[in-house]
Amino acid sequence: MRHIISILVNNQPRVLARVASLFGRRNFNIESISVGESEEPGLSRIVIVTHGDARTMEQVSKHLHKLIDVIKVQDLSIQQSVARELLLVKVGATASNRAEIQGIIEPFRASVVDVGINSLMIQATGDREKLDALIELLRPYGIKELARTGITALPRSMQIQPKAHMHA
Amino acid sequence: MTTDQKHTSADGELTGSEILLRCLIEEKVEFIFGYPGGAVLPIYDSLYYGSIKHILYRHEQGAIHAADGYARATGKPGVVIATSGPGATNLVTGIATAQMDSIPLVCITGNVPQNLIGTDAFQEADITGITMPITKHSYLVQDVRDLPRVVKEAFHIASTGRPGPVLIDIPKDVSNAKAPFSYPETVFIRGYQPTTNPHPLQIEKLHQAIAESKRPLILAGGGVVTSGADQELIAFAERAKIPVTTTLMGIGGFPGTHPLWLGMPGMHGTVAANRALLECDLLIGIGARFDDRVTMGRIDKFATSAKIVHIDIDPAEIGKNVDTYIPIVGDVKRVLEVALQDLPVSQSEAWLQNLKDLKQQYPLTFKQSDNTLKPQWVIQHLYETTGGDAIVTTDVGQHQMWVAQYFHFSRPRSFISSGGLGTMGFGFPAAIGAQLAYPDRTVISVTGDGGFQMTAQELAVVALANIPVKVAIINNQCLGMVRQWQEVFYQRRYSEVDLSGSPDFVKLAEAYGVKGMRACTQEEARQAWREALDHPGPVVIDFQVDPEENVYPMVAPGAGLDEMMLGDEKP
Repeated sequence: MRHIISILVNNQPRVLARVASLFGRRNFNIESISVGESEEPGLSRIVIVTHGDARTMEQVSKHLHKLIDVIKVQDLSIQQSVARELLLVKVGATASNRAEIQGIIEPFRASVVDVGINSLMIQATGDREKLDALIELLRPYGIKELARTGITALPRSMQIQPKAHMHA
Repeated sequence: MTTDQKHTSADGELTGSEILLRCLIEEKVEFIFGYPGGAVLPIYDSLYYGSIKHILYRHEQGAIHAADGYARATGKPGVVIATSGPGATNLVTGIATAQMDSIPLVCITGNVPQNLIGTDAFQEADITGITMPITKHSYLVQDVRDLPRVVKEAFHIASTGRPGPVLIDIPKDVSNAKAPFSYPETVFIRGYQPTTNPHPLQIEKLHQAIAESKRPLILAGGGVVTSGADQELIAFAERAKIPVTTTLMGIGGFPGTHPLWLGMPGMHGTVAANRALLECDLLIGIGARFDDRVTMGRIDKFATSAKIVHIDIDPAEIGKNVDTYIPIVGDVKRVLEVALQDLPVSQSEAWLQNLKDLKQQYPLTFKQSDNTLKPQWVIQHLYETTGGDAIVTTDVGQHQMWVAQYFHFSRPRSFISSGGLGTMGFGFPAAIGAQLAYPDRTVISVTGDGGFQMTAQELAVVALANIPVKVAIINNQCLGMVRQWQEVFYQRRYSEVDLSGSPDFVKLAEAYGVKGMRACTQEEARQAWREALDHPGPVVIDFQVDPEENVYPMVAPGAGLDEMMLGDEKP
């Protein structure tokens, strides 16, 4: 099962390296990782998407807690949460098909953020499946460059059927 | 910088290196194990006037194993100092050794000045990065004003919860920079709050499981020794009538002469201990991590009919290797104290009788010989002449297993051995650390002819300071355990295990000014050992033993505990 793990850490040098190396050393896989400031000065939030059964996730959580700089670990995939990533994609575009591309990206609420002579840069946010779908629709036009940020996520405020935290 | 400048600074400020030394004094550090170099020159300059005893080893690996031996013998953190680059990287094996066995160490390394960090400067190594997977925590000090807090936190982290090595990397400019000194009285680390008290509900469940059990067993590990819970363990086992097997790291945590003791379990465990693991209906793991040398990695064959209780201070150990029926997170001593209240008695009469019979039926034995010296006999002789009170250190391999099997330790912190990492070259320097901590106790470094050659240069240290460590080399002229595996699993293809070309260990000892002796027969061995015990200084004895001897019982890797090889040993 796919899990989104949110880790609140001290904003110290090497903390990201400690977390990432822990995953590598214990043979846990990282599908995506994103990190940035949190609501509290001095603390950062790392969001890691990983795969594993309940036993593996328990181990992931326990070993993360052993790191001195880790304050809190939550599994956002076992509670209601909002998970988003940012996509930037540069596709081939000619004067004749620009309007067509515009029509494709519009339902995705994506936007054109840069225009070149033979290309368009498109920005989109959403969950992974939505961005995957958008990429597939744009593929026929020729994808020149593509970058995704990896998932970042927060739990929803209103939990309709609240489930327990992993090890809060 | 002159002395006067250093000690009469008008602004009352101290340099980073002086602050470090003041911090170590505040932490009541007795010994610093170390080796100087360019990046730690300011620290060594401060040491010159200091009151802490510094022991100069001949290799950083010797220094850190000695600090480790000191820590294992006393329970207090060992302190090691090394310089940047090669000095720091020479600590790596020692740090990993301490990490695997949960030993409190504070490892201080110098580094190049901060303006050179990351430039591949002379003697620069990213030691914080290199040691990240093998430390409990690490610090790179970037501001001299952080130093007191960092040292305070480092000692706290190293010695509390599940202990472990903490690294403090100090760039040279930080050692030279000045700041006012004040040592913090308390530590608060938001992300580090170890649980020491057990959950009462889990203790209730444990009590219930004991009351219901007919075939209970305690698997006691290094956590019993670390938390100083040996007396509580004895009381617990006796009152609940539960037999005890101690893992390699748990040896000494329960007296080796106690009627409830079954010996060591696992790969080279006793028949009684392994049968007990196979047949128990309740298995109480106490500060033991269910390592693959105990379970053989065959969880499907391990304690299959037992409810497993796991008591450990590290929550990450619980459920890591075996599924746990009752998890209890807490300090082992504290957990046992709580569990001892209203402790029920198990219904184990028949079980205890059964195990007692097994112990008698399958004792540890070896074939005696008239013309060769048997390694097991040597260990037995060391035991019989010193009792269970001596401190014995080992490396890894056959000699280590024979000490574990034939030396019945009666108290904790007496068997000092590299369990988790299995480090060759560990035992001799560790014995130096233990002997410094306990100058009046008999400290024996039982080592192999292979392992001894990895750190033999520390003979200089015992010679110079007249540290009376007794080195007993179990010399079979080969890498014994590797040879045993090649014999059993590789059809006697002895690939690169012949240690011919080793020095004459007697002459080697004498070259350092240490008393050296050789023994090839039982009579010579008795005589040499008697002389060694009477000699007030360090001694090396080269016990030339039967090179063909194997460690039995043995369970092959990948086999279950029900598939023990007993050898054809008869007393």
